[in-house]
Amino acid sequence: MPTVGVKRDLLFKALGRSYTDEEFDELCFQFGLELDEITSEKELISKEQNDSKAAGASDVILYKIDVPANRYDLLCLEGLVRGLQVFKNKLEAPRYVRVSPVSGQPQKLIITKETAAVRPYAVAAVLRDITFTQERYDSFIELQEKLHQNICRKRSIVAIGTHDLDTTSGPFTYTAKPPSEICFQPLNQTKEFTATELMSLYRTDSHLKHYLHIIEDKPVYPVIYDSNGIVLSMPPIINGDHTKISLKTKNVFIECTATDLTKAKVVLDTLVTMFSQYSSQPNLKHVFISSSPHSESTETVAQLLTRMCLLSKLTGVGDQIEVEIPPTRSDIIHACDIVEDAAIAYGFNNITRTTPRSYTVATQFPLNKLTELLRQDVAAAGFTEVLTFALCSKEDVGDKLGKKISETGAAHISNPKTAEFQVARTTLLPGLLKTIAANKKMPLPLKLFEISDVVLKDKSKGVYVGARNSRRFCAVYYNKSPGFEVIHGLMDRTMQLLGVKPLRGEGYHIQAAEDSIFFPGRCAEIFVDGKSVGRLGVLHPNVVTRFELTMPCSALEMDIEPFL
Amino acid sequence: MLSPPTTTCNMADTGVVEALLLGLEKAEDGVDSLELSSSLGVEHQVVVGAVKSLQSVGEVISAEQRSSKHWQLTEEGVEISELGSHEARVFECIPVEGLLQSELMKLPFGKIGFTKAMSNKWIRVDKTSEGGPLIFRSVQTIVDQVREKLLNVLNGKDAELEEKEKSELKKRRLLSEVTVKSYWITKGSSFSTTITKQETELTPEMIVSGNWKDNKFKPYNFEAMGVPLDCGHLHPLMKVRTQFRQIFLEMGFTEMPTNNFIESSFWNFDSLFQPQQHPARDQHDTFFLSDPALTLDFPQDYLQRVKKVHTEGGFGSQGYKYEWKVEEAQKNILRTHTTAVSARMLYKLAQQKFTPVKYFSIDRVFRNETLDATHLAEFHQIEGVVADYDLTLGDLMGVLHQFFTKLGITKLRFKPAYNPYTEPSMEVFSYHEGLEKWVEVGNSGVFRPEMLLPMGLPEDVSVIAWGLSLERPTMIKYGINNIRELVGHKVNLQMVYDGPICRLDT
Repeated sequence: MPTVGVKRDLLFKALGRSYTDEEFDELCFQFGLELDEITSEKELISKEQNDSKAAGASDVILYKIDVPANRYDLLCLEGLVRGLQVFKNKLEAPRYVRVSPVSGQPQKLIITKETAAVRPYAVAAVLRDITFTQERYDSFIELQEKLHQNICRKRSIVAIGTHDLDTTSGPFTYTAKPPSEICFQPLNQTKEFTATELMSLYRTDSHLKHYLHIIEDKPVYPVIYDSNGIVLSMPPIINGDHTKISLKTKNVFIECTATDLTKAKVVLDTLVTMFSQYSSQPNLKHVFISSSPHSESTETVAQLLTRMCLLSKLTGVGDQIEVEIPPTRSDIIHACDIVEDAAIAYGFNNITRTTPRSYTVATQFPLNKLTELLRQDVAAAGFTEVLTFALCSKEDVGDKLGKKISETGAAHISNPKTAEFQVARTTLLPGLLKTIAANKKMPLPLKLFEISDVVLKDKSKGVYVGARNSRRFCAVYYNKSPGFEVIHGLMDRTMQLLGVKPLRGEGYHIQAAEDSIFFPGRCAEIFVDGKSVGRLGVLHPNVVTRFELTMPCSALEMDIEPFL
Repeated sequence: MLSPPTTTCNMADTGVVEALLLGLEKAEDGVDSLELSSSLGVEHQVVVGAVKSLQSVGEVISAEQRSSKHWQLTEEGVEISELGSHEARVFECIPVEGLLQSELMKLPFGKIGFTKAMSNKWIRVDKTSEGGPLIFRSVQTIVDQVREKLLNVLNGKDAELEEKEKSELKKRRLLSEVTVKSYWITKGSSFSTTITKQETELTPEMIVSGNWKDNKFKPYNFEAMGVPLDCGHLHPLMKVRTQFRQIFLEMGFTEMPTNNFIESSFWNFDSLFQPQQHPARDQHDTFFLSDPALTLDFPQDYLQRVKKVHTEGGFGSQGYKYEWKVEEAQKNILRTHTTAVSARMLYKLAQQKFTPVKYFSIDRVFRNETLDATHLAEFHQIEGVVADYDLTLGDLMGVLHQFFTKLGITKLRFKPAYNPYTEPSMEVFSYHEGLEKWVEVGNSGVFRPEMLLPMGLPEDVSVIAWGLSLERPTMIKYGINNIRELVGHKVNLQMVYDGPICRLDT
């Protein structure tokens, strides 16, 4: 969820009244915003760095407001104020219109086919006769940054360039060239560089280095020229210095280059509609017909929608309402989005609470039902339940247990941030042993268990993703003596709970087995109706040591799904 | 410490106990333990032992502890009381013809005795005599007051001495003051000179013989704790999970099978109308799998409808208008929410003749997040889903109200929010009486038509859903600040041992 910082006094001035913090918080809540933090530049700097650095900073009060991720029209002061004023019936919902220049032809941006190899789309517009002040200018730059960070996905999907139109002349050409053939003076530099030189120059730039990867491996880089061959920008990295905007700029040429045309249009629309209040405006217009929401009169609904900047009127045909969707509201793609706005304007908390009337009978998932019943009785047998992670390192399920990771059938994660999340566990045992290691100060014996899922690769048909969960029951006994008889007793008790008799063939039995986890001669395999369901035994001293333990330990792990 | 008293009556000397009781019977008001010990000629400790053992058998006697100070002769004081003071012994040993001072100083008491005898003016020194100073008696007789005073103290008549005299003797290290603890013993409410032996515990023999009727039993120490039991415990988070399961079952919700941690991006994101460039699908937020990396098996006609609704819209939607790639949908991930299972369940439901359903699940989900005191890479999601004809926002809020009331939360309000697969979306806030503010307790919404209609659900069916984490209410319930102490191997087992049962509505 993006956060927008606005100066409180500037906001209240634009809203035409002041609010207490509580009043403003309440207004935000109703409108679907969140007043996240009340702070100042000074406070922010002193929090992030230190008090001495903050000494000269402004202590003007800032409101940090959380904005829903799909409302790009609320990412700046201008948009926030417009939305809230219309919501409060203090302003009529604006209608945006595209106008042609008073004199001359509209500007043109010609897109050449070379761009297909790197960044195929571009859209552009001109904001004419604009008056910047320092605050408006700052807001304009800030909005571009917010859009870049959010919908533009750090410039990878869309990159914005803004230029002083009066320093350049169209038509403009959007093309792509090998980096060695692009040469210009970039923003805030004093000499010309080739694109290749720029890439190495910006490698150490704390801000720009994050965008280089978007194009650096491409054979050609995107570039925009004016009719005199002056470079406006090399998206998505940097603009040219020649056309840079300033407080004095009157006409702004805005270009958005993109890998997604829809998003490019949204970004361009957002920029021009937000700042058109300081000038004259372009526009796009969609019209929807929405059906009336639950129980409110059509007329009321039209009024409610208008308060959300969706100009609405009755068509006179049945319950139909005609709704104009302004270019600011790219989030509206279905009638349900309109209905939501009606509900917000009505106030979610004013809606009468009802109950669905359908009769339904609850059913438990059989595996979870068995798990719930079993864990109660294992605890009653004197064992304590633990809850360990489903992810672990390769070592935990491999080397430490004396197994090769390739033989464990573990599912591997491709992008773990740390070694703790390399694979999904294939056994519950490592988690239990790590729990003991973290609780060595507790009095002995430690008797622990867990009933939970492990994940195993499975290529069988019907296992669509290539891996499946398997529900396991694992228990350990940790004491000065191995206590195999305790774990064996727990296994017998579990079978008793599951209604399985100690009988070779049509019941359960155990027989000696070999396993690197267990001490030789101290491991047995558990068979139910002749099929293996798990193992129990005294842990191998190597395993004990590798989990940083010092006492003998016996353990049991079995699959519980065969008992369903 | 255990409840039954561990000292028994037999440990005290029965003779002393009897003498004490007899003495007490005759006494007007009470008996002093010190006096008793001297009259019986036994160590005071023996009398104290008798007092303690009588106290443990009920209200036979009552004993009040006293402490008194009294004077006692030091070792040197004892010597003086027998042989006389140093100065008296000096006086005694001087013959009429006098004694050389150097000879006197050779005696063990000479030095001190000489100084004292001089200051008492009992003797004099003739420094003019030949052969060194000579000492003569200067009085005929003396009274050895020091010895007399010490004898008084020795005979218990120290009251006859003035304070000043006592401190003088104390300064000379002949006397010392000691504090003596004694008991003032009086008759108890059930005083008797005959004591029946008290039994420690009821025994099977007493029950069979009926002896318990005549026996007296030692009182228990109810201040002590009981013995810690050797028992098993359930994990707090799992106890809370059980309660949430119970609540859903009480409300008629059927449990979904969520035992599939690995899911395809298709079911986790695409089927929910979550666009392929959405930040949640980033490497930074989601765990992708390298093995098994892909899912290739999807219901093809459904996949085509999902592709269409993303790319060009349909079902009343404009869609997201981007190039939807099946390769993105095929990528396997660790599911980021249990809603992936809800999507599978709703798709399955759409393949049959529709009947209203209520579903729930509580299971693990995974996020490739930066870890801190409240975030782990895996947590449990609680999810409720209702699919029915013509459900409204009012129904969603009504169901949420019923659900949260069962958790003991009655004050709810709803904030508009954004979620890619629900519209409208509402964050659920509850008023926290302790914090005196509204806190977010869950997320909810109505599933978008772009999600439901491609599945094949009837147009007039709405699906409402809500979700919350299991960890957060558990941490609040059990007062845990660091999630690592609750979930994972770094759990504090003592916390698990000590945890109370879970009643969410209290």
